[in-house]
Amino acid sequence: MKCQHCEKPATFHITELTDEQPEELHLCEEHARTYLMQSEVEEDDVPSIAGALAQHLKINEAAEQLAQLDQQACPLCGITFYEFRHVGRLGCPHDYICFEDEIDPIISNIHSATAHVGKQPRSGAEGTDQRTELIRLRREMEQAIQVEDYEKASQLRDQIAGIEDDRTGEEV
Amino acid sequence: MFLDELVGNGGEWLKGTGPESDIVISSRIRLARNLSEFPFVRKCSDADKTAIENRVAALINQESKWSDPVNYFRIDEMNDLDRQFLVERQLISRELAESNGARSVLVDSGEKFSLMINEEDHLRIQAVQSGLDLTEAWHRINAIDDFVDSCLTYAYHPRFGYLTACPTNVGTGMRVSVMLHLPALVMTRELEKVFRSLQKINLAVRGLYGEGSEAMGDFYQISNQITLGKSEVELVQQVNEVIPVMIEYERKARDFLLRESRDELSDRVSRAQGILQNAKTISSEETMHLLSSIRLGVNMGLIEVELPMLNRLFLQTQPAHLQKLIGGKLEIADRNIHRAKYLKKSFNLGDN
Repeated sequence: MKCQHCEKPATFHITELTDEQPEELHLCEEHARTYLMQSEVEEDDVPSIAGALAQHLKINEAAEQLAQLDQQACPLCGITFYEFRHVGRLGCPHDYICFEDEIDPIISNIHSATAHVGKQPRSGAEGTDQRTELIRLRREMEQAIQVEDYEKASQLRDQIAGIEDDRTGEEV
Repeated sequence: MFLDELVGNGGEWLKGTGPESDIVISSRIRLARNLSEFPFVRKCSDADKTAIENRVAALINQESKWSDPVNYFRIDEMNDLDRQFLVERQLISRELAESNGARSVLVDSGEKFSLMINEEDHLRIQAVQSGLDLTEAWHRINAIDDFVDSCLTYAYHPRFGYLTACPTNVGTGMRVSVMLHLPALVMTRELEKVFRSLQKINLAVRGLYGEGSEAMGDFYQISNQITLGKSEVELVQQVNEVIPVMIEYERKARDFLLRESRDELSDRVSRAQGILQNAKTISSEETMHLLSSIRLGVNMGLIEVELPMLNRLFLQTQPAHLQKLIGGKLEIADRNIHRAKYLKKSFNLGDN
């Protein structure tokens, strides 16, 4: 893919998380640098995912690191970091854990804060950790059905039912 | 059907009652919540979406938990007109109306709360109060949230708080917003200056229908930009503190207009009334614009029109409302004719 502003190959794929549709930019290193510098200047306007990533990854190492990062996928929902950057939306609650190092600077850039203050759900974070496993199991069951591995699918179904019935943290 | 019963009235947010209701239209709070055992909506399979709907729909049966009877609508089974009708009433978002797959909304019969299922997040809970009353909206939505939390497991992270599909909503998942009618600040061209200073303290300004919508009828919503690092009560406070300042600015601008250009203002209001009473065809944008002038005139004592009727007309002259009142789908040209007739009738009869 070519840079939006010149003929060089686009090595930077930036997604701006704005209030409306996420905006996509494909830029060569030089134009990316110009763009990222400019986003830092306009810092107090729209929170920028680009600005945050630029702070996190040193600009000169960025292309290579980003390419590696883009390949990483969440073991539960399967979303890649590239897809997250591309659409500006995460795939499942576990992404906040598996991409924590990458998401952390983005969040602190958006909110100028790094930790939640305020209300907590009744079952805290433990309930989440137990039940996000269901996302992986259901996905594996779907895949097993697709390849007609019904034995595996039925094992998975029992496992899913077991966790669903475990009302830990839920009102009986 | 419940929807048809709604057509005739103005909904909670346009009741025009409550503290400071000449300027503050409504107070609204929404919470974004996700269930921990499903992917976020964009990554959900059809089966996931249906399972989420079923789990949330089961809450309706616990009737004792709701103060008013609750209605449940499948948005995917609705026609376009009914969807748009719910958008105009601010019971669902445009995104929910326009997206795909199994999605629905719970609405109480007083329209004081709604719960969208499978929007960008699994749940978007909303509470609305007429006038300036964020504290009451917070108490109500907090109770609903506790009730849902007692039945389902929310996605939560010890440091990031309530987890949402978009990192811009993470933390409290809360948006606190107040809708204001600011015609005098628009006329004196002071509004932009005021909005720039709001942005500096992390408050966002949006039009009548939220993100990306224009400020139809001089209605503006002021809301918190960030959701992490401040408690729910602090977020309510942050918006609450700035509203009296906004009210003061608008009042000063009104006084200025009265002092400096009373005749022009009075002329503008009377002309607006003249057009609304006599037009043969009129668009919804022009209607909103003129109704705004009349609302200003009433609140400044320049003209006598019943406020509840006026507030209701803001809603009932919008496309989907008008079509439901007339009783069927109409092309734009026909809508404009029917709108003119409806306005003429309303102004001549007054509020009955």
